Amino acid sequence: MSVPMDTTTPVIAAQGLTKRYGKATVVDSIAFDVARGEIFGLLGPNGAGKTTTILMMLGLTDVSEGTIRVLGHDPVREPLAVKRRVGYLPDQVGFYDNLSATENLAYTARLMGIAAAERPGRIAEALARVRLTDVARKRVSTFSRGMRQRLGLAEILMKRAEIAILDEPTSGLDPQSTVEFLDMIRVLKQEGVTVLLSSHLLDQVQRICDRVALFQTGRIVLIGAVPELARKVLGAGFVVEVEADAPNDTDLAQRFSAVPGVTAVERVAADRFRLTADRDVRPEAARAVVAANGALRRLSVDEPSLEAIYTRFFQDQADKPGVRHAA
Amino acid sequence: MRREGRREGSAFQGVGTVALKELADHLSSARMRMLEWLVIITAVIPFYGAVEQLRNTTAEDPFLLLRLFTVTGSRLPVFSILGFVVPLVAIGLGFDAISGEHNRRTLSRILAQPIYRDALLAGKFLAGLGTLAISLLCLWLLIVGLGVLLLGVPPTGEEIVRSLIFIVCTVFYAGVWLALAMLYSIIFRAPATAALVALGTWFIVLLWPVAAEVIANIVAPPDPRLALLGYPTLATLEWTQALSRLSPNTLYVEIVQAILAPETRSLGPMFIDQLQGMLRGAALPLGESLAIAWPQAVALIAGTIVLFSAGYVVFQRQEVRA
Repeated sequence: MSVPMDTTTPVIAAQGLTKRYGKATVVDSIAFDVARGEIFGLLGPNGAGKTTTILMMLGLTDVSEGTIRVLGHDPVREPLAVKRRVGYLPDQVGFYDNLSATENLAYTARLMGIAAAERPGRIAEALARVRLTDVARKRVSTFSRGMRQRLGLAEILMKRAEIAILDEPTSGLDPQSTVEFLDMIRVLKQEGVTVLLSSHLLDQVQRICDRVALFQTGRIVLIGAVPELARKVLGAGFVVEVEADAPNDTDLAQRFSAVPGVTAVERVAADRFRLTADRDVRPEAARAVVAANGALRRLSVDEPSLEAIYTRFFQDQADKPGVRHAA
Repeated sequence: MRREGRREGSAFQGVGTVALKELADHLSSARMRMLEWLVIITAVIPFYGAVEQLRNTTAEDPFLLLRLFTVTGSRLPVFSILGFVVPLVAIGLGFDAISGEHNRRTLSRILAQPIYRDALLAGKFLAGLGTLAISLLCLWLLIVGLGVLLLGVPPTGEEIVRSLIFIVCTVFYAGVWLALAMLYSIIFRAPATAALVALGTWFIVLLWPVAAEVIANIVAPPDPRLALLGYPTLATLEWTQALSRLSPNTLYVEIVQAILAPETRSLGPMFIDQLQGMLRGAALPLGESLAIAWPQAVALIAGTIVLFSAGYVVFQRQEVRA
């Protein structure tokens, strides 16, 4: 089955998606689109509705209201069509401990309906890609958390899924395993797989996500690419730090302010300035130092951090009177 | 479940895969080792004491093989051991069917594959039943084989058929308990709770005949005039029997009576006038015996279906997240 690489129609589209358990609304009328081939992050604290949203995408839980389409299918009505093309790595994925890595994959391969002749090849290939070939015949009970997580990814690779849904893929991993795992997610993207991942670890997600949706008590409060969100929430996307000696500091500061795009100039120390700008203004800042007869010692730019955006956003919310506070 | 219209794809996709995997798990598990020992011990018991008793009646008894399953000797007959042990084994095979997947965190991963939940449940049920069927078949082969060796009388075709029907009915009986254990494995997240509740149910069922009698005596008190003469009252008897038939054990014992004791003519009370002209001790043809056991067998199958469906409904409504 060949699927045309169409980047215009979203592979996942949710509208007014709502999930209620009795009176409690866990997911409250959210809307988002995920384009083919992008890495989309669902971010937010635990219990914000990320996992429930994922389960609704897979048809593993009912939708109370609204619609969701995954690869053009309605997961409520056609769960098998969705589950054939979507790979899912649950939060803290489990395997049958008494079986080996290969046996575990062989079982799911049969459930996926992969032809018997194809199975050994695809299992070996998937295990090689996540670097588990050496332990393929070992029981999963001996596996570390990171290895289990990689085995879960191997399952998605074996499935040749068009969309990989990863729920908290890096939580509980040590830094080394996290870096490895994030690299593997990037490889998925290079192969044209759309990746949707949920996480409460903001800085990790920032490193690999093209776009993110911030969840708070069942609602998406912010959605977009990280620099875009930074402009929206922090008022500026970039913070440039300049360390320079100049004969006249005030003159230098004035020159910085005159650079188009700079919204604020802050003097951190005698010879250090912090410029807030809506773009990367390093070349202009360097020119300004030279023009002021200064000696430039250091010039650095801070990408806006998701953490800062997140914290600021919720601070702003809390400061606004009359806003309902999240429990 | 708000599923309008037919859902796509077959509900049975994946059943075979799940069943085979679970069967392999069962057959290599410690439970199976226990089951093997049970089979061997149960098979040896009738040859311990009972054979002597049978040797004396070899000449006049046309159903020698069947007696191996029912003869008391100084020990328990095979069928009452099975009536007692099969529920325990079925509970042992089913009490962690679904909760185990939950606790191993494999449930959502498996259900994210293109199968319905039905397939997981049905596959596990079939695997449990398959394990029991294999064990019971081994038991049957052992008893028939040892019977031929020790008694030296080849079994007749009818004996083979009757004893195989007995084994099939034992599998149905096991099905009720397996479905019950699986229902508990869905309701209770902790396998220990499910196992204890299932064992509690089993114990209540064991005591049920006593309770049935007490209830029957309250609902339809025995006629004091008949009691004075030492006769039972028909209404009381009928109530006792109707109530005790709520228990799968009663149904199973009745089936066994009809199938393994070909001279059984009725499972309920009989009137004197019904006995007129009866050839006492003469065997009924197989078809007649089956007709007597039929309602009980259907009741066991129906019970299995009801319990399995209940489990299915609860499972469908359950959240998969841990």
